[in-house]
Amino acid sequence: MSVSVEARGWWGRWRAKNEGLIDEWRRGLYRFRQSRLSIVGMAIIIFLLIVAFTGRHWVPYPKDAGFTTHVEIRLQGPTRDNLFGTDGYGRDVFTRTIWATQTSLIAGTVIVLVGGLIGIILGGIAGYFGGLVNEVIMRITDIMLTMPGIFLALAITAALGPSILHAMMALSITWWPGYCRLVQAQVLSIREEDYVEAARCIGASPRRILFNHILPNCLSAIVVKASMDFGFAVLNLAALGFIGVGAQPPVPEWGVMISKGREFLPYGWWLSTLPGLAMFLTVFGFNMLGDGLRDIFDPRARR
Amino acid sequence: MGLRYYLIRRLLLIIPVLIGLSIVTFALSHIVPGDPVRLAAGPQATAEQIHKLEEEFGLDKPLPVQYLNYMQGVLRGNLGQSMMNRHPVAMDLRRYFPATFELVVVSTILGVVIGLPMAMAAAVFRDKWPDQVSRIVALSSISMPVFWLGMVLQLILCMTWHLLPISGRFDPRVPFPPNVTGMLLVDSLLAGDLHKFGIALKHITLPAFCQSLIAIALITRLLRADILEVMQRDFVTMARAMGLPERVVLFKYVLKNALIATVAMLGFLVGWELSGSVMIETVFDWPGVGLYAVKSAMTLDFQPIMGITLFVGLLFTLVNLLVDFSYGVIDPRIRYG
Repeated sequence: MSVSVEARGWWGRWRAKNEGLIDEWRRGLYRFRQSRLSIVGMAIIIFLLIVAFTGRHWVPYPKDAGFTTHVEIRLQGPTRDNLFGTDGYGRDVFTRTIWATQTSLIAGTVIVLVGGLIGIILGGIAGYFGGLVNEVIMRITDIMLTMPGIFLALAITAALGPSILHAMMALSITWWPGYCRLVQAQVLSIREEDYVEAARCIGASPRRILFNHILPNCLSAIVVKASMDFGFAVLNLAALGFIGVGAQPPVPEWGVMISKGREFLPYGWWLSTLPGLAMFLTVFGFNMLGDGLRDIFDPRARR
Repeated sequence: MGLRYYLIRRLLLIIPVLIGLSIVTFALSHIVPGDPVRLAAGPQATAEQIHKLEEEFGLDKPLPVQYLNYMQGVLRGNLGQSMMNRHPVAMDLRRYFPATFELVVVSTILGVVIGLPMAMAAAVFRDKWPDQVSRIVALSSISMPVFWLGMVLQLILCMTWHLLPISGRFDPRVPFPPNVTGMLLVDSLLAGDLHKFGIALKHITLPAFCQSLIAIALITRLLRADILEVMQRDFVTMARAMGLPERVVLFKYVLKNALIATVAMLGFLVGWELSGSVMIETVFDWPGVGLYAVKSAMTLDFQPIMGITLFVGLLFTLVNLLVDFSYGVIDPRIRYG
């Protein structure tokens, strides 16, 4: 690209120094704008984030997020006062749906972060050191991958006692093997690159090589997986709530709300339909973003 | 030579996986803070009764001994017995598994039947509207909380329009077809009873559809990418240059080569569908392994949970093995090594 005429101030110097990086970002941003799906996904996610983190201040009935009863208005369909209707205790479903957004987004973040971190570290170590370490870690990963996660999560949550925290823990524990395998495969190939060899030659420690040279280059694959996983984490958490081993009432959580609403079908259709719609929107947004990101980072997959 | 060696090695590799799996589940079910015995004995149980129950299930012995005892049983096909209703776990699994298997098979077929044309349309009309539609359908079906969708469909199709039964596997007023495989669709066909086949089909439609969404999404996306890739190959250009009709090129040249990765994914898909069965079976009250797992987990009944995890793990491993072998059938060029 064009050589910057003169580097002025720290901003200019920074730009001059990181020209390659900026160029790469600019190209990424261009491809991002080209893919309409990721724009829509991004818009949905930004909307959800705003709702999640401001929602608790503007919901019409903040008290309804806890345990309150208004018997006189129980089980009323959507009206202007209660946009999403009221539940079996007369609580405003709209308030509770909005309230639950924050819970779900935070829980999803924690699950993906914890699970991802465990997986990345284990996978990085396995891939970089190879040999026996690799064998041991990867065989454990294989075993974990053999087991459909929700069975394990179900068992763990049931054993620890049903609560949203335990559900998050259980999901984090079952979440890492996918990352471990992904990172291990990436590290195996990146390990042989010349710049890693160069770092090794100047005497960089394995930790430095792994965390400063190898892992940053796996980042795009990890980001794509994480953005798609985020939706599934939210989904699985709600699933555990739905079964009854996740969040416990009166905490507003989408899965629990859907499961409680089932008791009032077919009359009280709004009770589970509308929170479910919010959940679908969340997962859909993250999947769209992930799909778009994959196009950007791996153009071969689409074109 | 090659194939047999490969087969034996793969079969032997199952053993360490199963041992690992059993250790994980065993450790899990014994380190947890919950007290299953107390729960099984009931709140009024005396210390003596609890002790007796512990003795009966061998829970008073040290953990390694318990593990060895358990594994000894497993090797003889004895997965222990439920602490709640004293049923042997293996027996319950035999009873519940056909239902889940039936669901998984039907939903996979449904997924292929819907996903295949969608993938082909998307690939042939790349970046045109069929492609966009199939992309959105795939994305939204993978984002769909199945338990929610199942419930909404129940609300619309079953409760409002009364088109399909709400839940369960069979009409309770009609006697079951004679039990041969445990799969009602197959059993009723074997008995030559089309009426009962219809009933079973009606019951399986909704759960199988909800279950198949994942298959539809995965098949559509993966197969589309593969078809596009194969279309770039020289032999396709060559076939077109020879003047073969586009239909022949697509089906005989492209599709056959593109299907390999999709078949490989089917194994992974079965695992995912087994996971999904937990939710689907809860929503539709489908008496399968998933519902069994939920019920056992809710009562902290650890013998069934361990049995189920081991069983599902074994099943998943075997399916993947089967998939690996099916490569050779689809693509004779593949050699095992």
